Amino acid sequence: MADALTQADIDREIAAERAAYRERVEGGAPVEHHPRRDYAPYRSSTLRHPKRPPVAIDVSRDPELVELSSPAFGERDVTETDSDLSRQHTGEPIGERITVSGRLLDRDGRPVRGQLVEMWQANAAGRYAHRREQHDAPLDPNFTGVGRTLTDADGHYRFTTIRPGPYPWRNHVNAWRPAHIHFSVFGSAFTQRLVTQMYFPNDPLFPYDPILQSVTDDAARQRLVAVYDHGLSVPEFSLGYRWDIVLDGPGATWTEEGHRPS
Amino acid sequence: MTQHASGGAGHLPPTPSHTVGPFYGYALSFPGGEDVAPLGHRDTVTVHGYVYDGAGDPVPDALLEVWGPDPRGEMPRVDGSMRRDPASGGYAGRNGVEFTGFGRVQTDADGHWYVRTLRPGARGRSAPYLSVCVFARGLLTHLYTRIYLPGDEPAPDGDPLLARLERERRDTLVAGEEGAGTYRFDIRLQGEGETVFLEFP
Repeated sequence: MADALTQADIDREIAAERAAYRERVEGGAPVEHHPRRDYAPYRSSTLRHPKRPPVAIDVSRDPELVELSSPAFGERDVTETDSDLSRQHTGEPIGERITVSGRLLDRDGRPVRGQLVEMWQANAAGRYAHRREQHDAPLDPNFTGVGRTLTDADGHYRFTTIRPGPYPWRNHVNAWRPAHIHFSVFGSAFTQRLVTQMYFPNDPLFPYDPILQSVTDDAARQRLVAVYDHGLSVPEFSLGYRWDIVLDGPGATWTEEGHRPS
Repeated sequence: MTQHASGGAGHLPPTPSHTVGPFYGYALSFPGGEDVAPLGHRDTVTVHGYVYDGAGDPVPDALLEVWGPDPRGEMPRVDGSMRRDPASGGYAGRNGVEFTGFGRVQTDADGHWYVRTLRPGARGRSAPYLSVCVFARGLLTHLYTRIYLPGDEPAPDGDPLLARLERERRDTLVAGEEGAGTYRFDIRLQGEGETVFLEFP
C-alpha cells in the first residue's frame, strides 16, 4: 500500500478538473449540466467510459424514433407501502424519519404525469441491504431501503423514509460518500431517462466526494441537493425535504389522453 | 435552488446524472425483467451477450434496459412490466399476455445478460431496432445504443443512423445470428471495437 491514494491526491485531481472546466467555459464552451463520463477522480470510471464521442441523433427529423416514446408504468406496478419505507416490515426502522417530496418536470417546466419514480438508499447506519455490501455497519431488519411510486397529475412524488447515513467506500484511503438517496426516473421519452442521487443540505462531506464533484458546474451540483422544507415536515412524525427533478433530453412527440404527458 | 416554478416557457436547467453505483441490484431488478415477450409468442427473439470494459474484462455489475416496438412497429403503451402482488408486497410478475416492450436485466458474475422479447417492427425511416440504455458502477451518465437484428438489416443506406457509420462501427450495432431466434450482442464500453453510443441533443 506504499502508493495508496489519499484524499489529498483526490482533492488535487478534483481541483484540476474544476479549473479545466472553468477554462472551457471562459473560452466559450457550453455549461456542462452532467458529469463527463471520463472523470479520473472517480476511479471506477477509468475503464468504463467510451473514448469516442457519441453519435448525435437529430430527433426533429423522425418523430417515429423508438427513443421518443417511453415505457408505461401503472397502478399494477406499485403497492401502497412502496412509497413508505418505514412501513415495509413488521417493526419500525431505526433512524430519523423524513418525508422527501418534489415534482418531476421536463425542461419546459411541464409535469411528467403518472410516471415511475424508483429510489434506494442505505439505512441510518450507512449500510445497504445488498448482499455484496461489505461495510460492517449494522443491518436494520426493519428497513430495506427501496421505494417506488407514480407521479400524480401535477408531477408530484412523495416518499416517507429514514435519513440515510454516510458510508465509507474504496475509491481512496478514507473515502466517504455523503448521505444520499439514489433515484431512477422515466420521462415521456426514453431519451429523458435519468438515474441520479439526491443529497442533504450542508453535508460536510461534499467537497471530498469525487462522485458529487464529478458535476463540475457549481449551479448544476447544487441542483442535486434537496432543501429543508418545514411545510413538508409532518408534526410529531418526520422532517421534510423538497427536491424537484428536471429531465433533460427531448420529450415525447405524441399525446395520450388522460394518461401520460404531453 | 432545487425548487422550480411551474409552467413558463423558460428552459429549466436539468438535474445532473449520477452513476447507478454498485448496490442497485436489490432495488431496480425485478423478477422476469428479462422476459419481455408474452409466453409462447411466435415472434419471440432472444438477444444475449457480454458487457466489456476498456481492459476487455467482463463487467459484472452493469444494468441494461431494453425498449422496443412490437412486430408491427407499434410502441407499447401498456403498463405491468413489474406487476406487484398487493397482498404479499412482492412481485406478481408479468401476466404473460400483454407486451410492455420494456425489459431490465443485470449482467451476471460473468458479465453476461439476455433478454427475450418480440422481434421489433420497423418505424418511420429506420430499420427495426431495440433501444438500449446502459448503466453501471463507474459510468457517471448512462449510455444509449441500439440493437439491429441481422435479416432486418436495412438495404444499404436504408437506415439514417447506420448509413452514417463506417462499416466497422456499424457492425457494433448489428447482432450476430446464432440460429433458432437467438442473437448475440456484446457491448464494449471502451477501446477496440467500442460500441457506437448515441446522444439525443
